[in-house]
Amino acid sequence: MTSEELLQIAETVQAEHANFDYEVNVCMGTGCMSQHSDKLKATLTKEATASGKHCHVRQTGCMGLCAAGPLVLVDPKNSDKDILYGGVHEADSYELIASLDAKPVERLLTRLEHYFDGQQHIVLENSGHIDPEKIDEYIARDGYQALVMALTEMDPQSVIDQISKSGLRGRGGGGYPTGLKWGTVAKAIGPQKYVICNGDEGDPGAFMDRSVLESDPQRVIEGMTIAAFAVGASKGYAYVRAEYPLAVSRLTASLREARRRGFLGNNICGTAFSFDIEIRLGAGAFVCGEETALIASIEGLRGQPRPRPPYPAMSGLWGLPTLINNVETFANIAPIIRKGADWYAGIGTEKSKGTKVFALTGKITNTGLVEIPMGMPLRQIVFGIGGGVPDGRKFKAVQTGGPSGGCIPDEHLDLPVSYEALTNVGSMMGSGGMIVMDDTSCMVNVARFFMEFCMTESCGKCIPCRAGTAQMFGILSKICDGKASHADLDLLIDLCDVVKHTSLCGLGMTAPNPVLSTLRYFKHEYLEHIDHQHCRAGVCACGTKDASQLAAAEVTA
Amino acid sequence: MSVATDVKTLVIDGINVSARADQTILEVARENNINIPTLCHLDGLSDVGACRLCLVEVKGSPKLNPSCVLKVEEGMEVTTSSDRLKHYRQTILELPFAERNHVCSVCVANGHCELQSLGQSQGLTHVRMPYRNPQLEVDASHERFVVDHNRCILCTRCVRVCGEVEGAHVWDVMGRGIDSIVITDLCDPWGESSCTRCGKCVQVCPTGALFDKSKVGSPHPKYPEFLTNLQVMREASREGL
Amino acid sequence: MSKIKVATVWLDGCSGCHMSFLDMDERLIELSSQIDLVFSPLVDFKIYPENVDLALVEGAISSVEDEHKIKMIRKRTKFLIAMGDCAVTANVPAMRNPFGPEPILERAYHENVSTGAQIPCVFVPALLEKVRPVHEFVPVDLFLPGCPPSADTFYTVLTDLLAGRTPDVASLTRFGA
Repeated sequence: MTSEELLQIAETVQAEHANFDYEVNVCMGTGCMSQHSDKLKATLTKEATASGKHCHVRQTGCMGLCAAGPLVLVDPKNSDKDILYGGVHEADSYELIASLDAKPVERLLTRLEHYFDGQQHIVLENSGHIDPEKIDEYIARDGYQALVMALTEMDPQSVIDQISKSGLRGRGGGGYPTGLKWGTVAKAIGPQKYVICNGDEGDPGAFMDRSVLESDPQRVIEGMTIAAFAVGASKGYAYVRAEYPLAVSRLTASLREARRRGFLGNNICGTAFSFDIEIRLGAGAFVCGEETALIASIEGLRGQPRPRPPYPAMSGLWGLPTLINNVETFANIAPIIRKGADWYAGIGTEKSKGTKVFALTGKITNTGLVEIPMGMPLRQIVFGIGGGVPDGRKFKAVQTGGPSGGCIPDEHLDLPVSYEALTNVGSMMGSGGMIVMDDTSCMVNVARFFMEFCMTESCGKCIPCRAGTAQMFGILSKICDGKASHADLDLLIDLCDVVKHTSLCGLGMTAPNPVLSTLRYFKHEYLEHIDHQHCRAGVCACGTKDASQLAAAEVTA
Repeated sequence: MSVATDVKTLVIDGINVSARADQTILEVARENNINIPTLCHLDGLSDVGACRLCLVEVKGSPKLNPSCVLKVEEGMEVTTSSDRLKHYRQTILELPFAERNHVCSVCVANGHCELQSLGQSQGLTHVRMPYRNPQLEVDASHERFVVDHNRCILCTRCVRVCGEVEGAHVWDVMGRGIDSIVITDLCDPWGESSCTRCGKCVQVCPTGALFDKSKVGSPHPKYPEFLTNLQVMREASREGL
Repeated sequence: MSKIKVATVWLDGCSGCHMSFLDMDERLIELSSQIDLVFSPLVDFKIYPENVDLALVEGAISSVEDEHKIKMIRKRTKFLIAMGDCAVTANVPAMRNPFGPEPILERAYHENVSTGAQIPCVFVPALLEKVRPVHEFVPVDLFLPGCPPSADTFYTVLTDLLAGRTPDVASLTRFGA
C-alpha cells in the first residue's frame, strides 16, 4: 500500500457517496443500539427504497449526544447543512424519509444549543461520520496515511520524536508522557517486544474507549501499528473487556479488514516491518485495567498486579519489553503523525496538550461524549456543552477520575482542565468519566458508593487494599446510617492515609480519593450525619432505612 | 572491570552497607542485622510484595517501597523504621486481625504464629477497627491436614510453595478482594484434591490456617527453613556435587 | 497518702484473668499497701462505687447488661484497663458472631437438652447481636491482651502505674499469651 493507492481508495469511496442525494446516518453505538437503532436503520432503508429517492441509509459510530438517542444525521449532498435528529423511532421512518426534499421534521430536531461550542474532535473526528466496519471509509478520511508516512518516510526514532514533541500524555489517567514511554520501550533490549492496547475501561460512568472502539476501530489499529514500528514490536494485543461485545465484534472485523488491506501482517505496506494484533477479552475485573494485572491476565494468570519496578517497558508480557497504552492514547497517534507534532502541541495547556474525551453523565442535560481541548474550564464543559443541571436543581459537584478521582465543587469549576489542575484540587484526570451531581446527591453516600466499588473490585492481593477498603466501607455505611461517632471519622481518615500510601497498586493507592475529596469540600455533610443524623440531600435515611440500597440507587440513577 | 560494578554501596538506617547488584533491600538489611518485619516473604519462595509490612522509605522517592522486591542501587538512602512506618505497620497488622476470626487462645498455632508475634513486636495491643467476623469454612477432608480459613491471612505462601517448590500447584486463590480464599484444585475438598501430601504448605503457613491434625492439642511449631535447605540440596544435585 | 481505689469487673469471660490476677500471690499483699479493692467478684461489694481510680475489666460485651454495666463503670472510673483478650478482642465469646445469637441458644437450650428444653428469658439479660470488645463501647485507657495475662504482667503493669510510669505492654504480653 502506498499513499497513491490510499488516495485511489478514498476517491472510490467519495465517488460512491456522490451517487446519492442524501446520506442518512444512523448511530449504531451501544447507547443508540440499546434503543433499537438497528431496527430503525432497517426500517429507514425500507422506506428509502420505497420512496425511490437517491438516499443512502448507513450505520455510523457514536454521534456523541447519547441522551437524545437514537440519533440520525441527515447529510444532504447539495448543501452542507446537516440535520441531526434525536429520539427517532421506527414509526418516524416514513416521515423522516419523506422530509428529505422538504422541510425537516421539526419535532425530531435535537436541541443542541451549546453542545458543539468549543468542542474539538481529533480522537472523535470520524465518530458518527464513517461506517466503523468499513476500512475504506476510514481511508477516505485520511486513514492510514500516517502509517504509510511513518513506514516509508520516517524511521522509528523520528516517530518517537514526533510523539514526544507533541506533548501527548497517557489518556488512561496517569498522564505519563507517551513519547518517553515509547522511547524507553524502544531502548529496552529483548528478543521480542509487545504493544498492548488497554481497553479495559471500567470506571463507573466512563464510556470513552468503548465509543472509540465502536465508532472508529481502525484508528486504534493504526495507532498501535505505528507504535509497534516505533518501539520495534512485532506482536500486539488489544485487551478489551468482554462487557463490550459490540466493540469487540467491530474490532475483530476491523482487524480482518486491516489484514486484508495489508496494514497488519507480514511486510506491512511493502516494507520489512511485520506486526499483528490479537484480541484478548477481559473477564470483568476492574483491576485488570492496571497494567501489570492486565499483563498477568493476558498471560493467562490471575489478574493481579505486581510491584513495579520493573516496569512493563523493561519487563512486561512474558518478561519482555512491552508498550502499554490506553485506547484513547493510540487514537491520538495517527493525527499527530499526519498533521505534525507542532499542530498537536498548539492545542491545550502548557503541560497538558491536545484534546480529551469526556463521558458526561449524571445530573446533566446533555449526557454523552464530548471532546474538548485541554484547558477548557470545567464550568464550560458542565454548563455550556453539557447544558447544565436539569430540572432546575442546583449543581453540587462534578466527579472526575472515577473511583480513583474526586468530587470538584462549584468553587473550582473555573479551573482549566489539565492533569495538574485536577490533581491539585484533589481529583484526577482519570480516563474521562465525568459524573455531575446536584443537590439531591449526598456526598457521603457518593464516597460510600465508590468505596464499595473499590472494595468489590480489589483483587485481594495486598492487605491494605483488601481489608482496608472493607473497613472504610463499613465506616462510611455507619456514617450514612447516622450511627457513627467522631472517633469513627478519625479512624476513617487514618485508614485513608494508610491505604493510600501502602497499597500495592493504583487501585488501592487511589481508593481513598473519593473520601478525601468529599471530606475536603463537603466535611459539613459528614458532620451533619454524625452529629445530627441528618442528610441534607435526603438520600440517607440515617438509621431508618437501609442506606446501602439507597446509595447504589443514588449513583446509578 | 565488570566485577567491580556489580557491587553497590548504600546506606540503610544510617549504616553504610555494600551489596551485590541483584540483592534486595530486605536481604541486605537482614545481612546487617537490621530487622524489617515481613509476612508474605519467605526465604526460598518468590516475592509478591503483598503484605506491605516491609515497606521502607527511600530518600528522594515519594512512594514507600516494599523492601522484599526493591533492588539495591548505588548511593541509595533507605530508612526501615520511622514513626510513620511504625504506624502503617501497626495498622496493616490490625487489618488481618479484624478481617477474619483470629482467636489466638484457641488456635493450634498459639505461640508459634507469625501474625501473633508480629503483632507483639510491632507494639499492637488492640485492634481499633470492628471485627468483621465472617462465616468461613474449616476443611478437614484431608487425612493429615486441615485448612481453617478463619485463620488465613492470604499471604499465598502455600500457593507459591506448592507451585514453585513442590511443582504441584494444588493451591491457588479464588474470588477477589475481601472474599478471596485459598482453594485446592478447582475448589475441591482438600482430601479429594490432587494434593501430593508433602506438607510443605503447612510448614510455610505463618498462622494456624494450615495445620497438621496430629498436632492438635500440642504445640505446633513450623519449620519453614526446610525450604532454604532444600534449595541448597537441589542446587548441589544440579551441579553434580 | 491515701490508697488508690481499684475495682475489677467480670463481664463475659471465663474468670481466668481474675485467677491469673490472684496468681500474683504474696505480691498481692505488697500491692495492698497501696491499693484498696473497692469492687470485685473477689470481694463482697454489690454496688460499683463512684470515683474509682482504676478498673480492670475482664470479659467481652455480650449482653444488654454488659453494655449497661460498662457504660456505668466508665462514668465512675478514672482509668480503665481492658484486661485480657475477651475485653481486648472479644476472643472466645465472639466466636458466636459469625452465626448470631439464635443458633447458639438453639444449640445450647434445645438441641442438647433432653427434657424441658426452653430458652431462658426471665431474669436473664438479652444477648447482643454481636459480642464486641470493651473499646467499641467506651474509651479504654490501657489494653492488656493475653489469655490470660500472666501474674507477672499484672504485677509489672500495676507497679508501673502506681509509680506513674507508662507500662510497655507489648513487651510483657500478647494476644493469646
